[in-house]
Amino acid sequence: MSWGSWSEFWAMGGYAFYVWGAYGVTAAAIAVEVWALARRTRRSRETAS
Amino acid sequence: MSTAIKWFWFASPQTFFPLAGRVAVVCAIGAALLGAAGLYVGFFVAPTDAQQGDAYRIIFIHVAAAWMSMFLYVVMAFWAAIGLAFNTRLSAMMASAIAPTGAMFTFVALWTGALWGRPAWGAYWVWDARLTSELILLFLYLGFMALQAAIDDQRRADRAGALLAIVGVVNVPIIYYSVQWWNTLHQGASVSLTRAPSMATAMLWGMLLMALAFWLYSIAAALARVRCIIRERE
Repeated sequence: MSWGSWSEFWAMGGYAFYVWGAYGVTAAAIAVEVWALARRTRRSRETAS
Repeated sequence: MSTAIKWFWFASPQTFFPLAGRVAVVCAIGAALLGAAGLYVGFFVAPTDAQQGDAYRIIFIHVAAAWMSMFLYVVMAFWAAIGLAFNTRLSAMMASAIAPTGAMFTFVALWTGALWGRPAWGAYWVWDARLTSELILLFLYLGFMALQAAIDDQRRADRAGALLAIVGVVNVPIIYYSVQWWNTLHQGASVSLTRAPSMATAMLWGMLLMALAFWLYSIAAALARVRCIIRERE
């Protein structure tokens, strides 16, 4: 374990912008795809029935 | 012809449809669990890197996303080629279902690479072989999707997309070997089949767990999307 506290964890040794920028946008990209898939599934169900 | 199709039981969209739904759910759950485990190992077990500090922790999503971006393209081109050669409906649908997920991972690989490049090299972007060929991969995915969307006749759209996908496959070995073929800022492979990995065990585990999570996520997303496509087309 390399962190003494949560604030140290969020600071990422001074690289917070890069690390959280990378992880945040990745999470957002996956979230957008899941949302788009859910919407497409709903719409295809509506038109198929 | 209709009896020949029955030989390939799951090649028929109707029989494949319920199976795809079940596999997608299992893979989605597996992806969530492995992703949580990978993030835990990546942030709480893996030590701070002696040279790069904590900036290196981007590796856990960067490498996994880059692997998926190339792998998914090969799988997409494979299904596109099968669809083109044997005129099987489901193969073309699989190719179309994989493209958006592949494009998403290519974008993630480029984005996380840029945010890692700045602290590691001092630049978000350089026009070197690895980065440029990965950018071309993103354009190939987007081109495939745009081409298919632009053609109204579904069979023609599948054929045109398949040709683009197959021709574009030449880019994948270029990405993979770019770090050996050209002088580049990008480092070589940290993990290879031919030698021991050049990284700490915990780092390696974090990366492999994230790669497996992305793998399962890709299967789940592609199968969920192919179910939409089957509903829309059949």
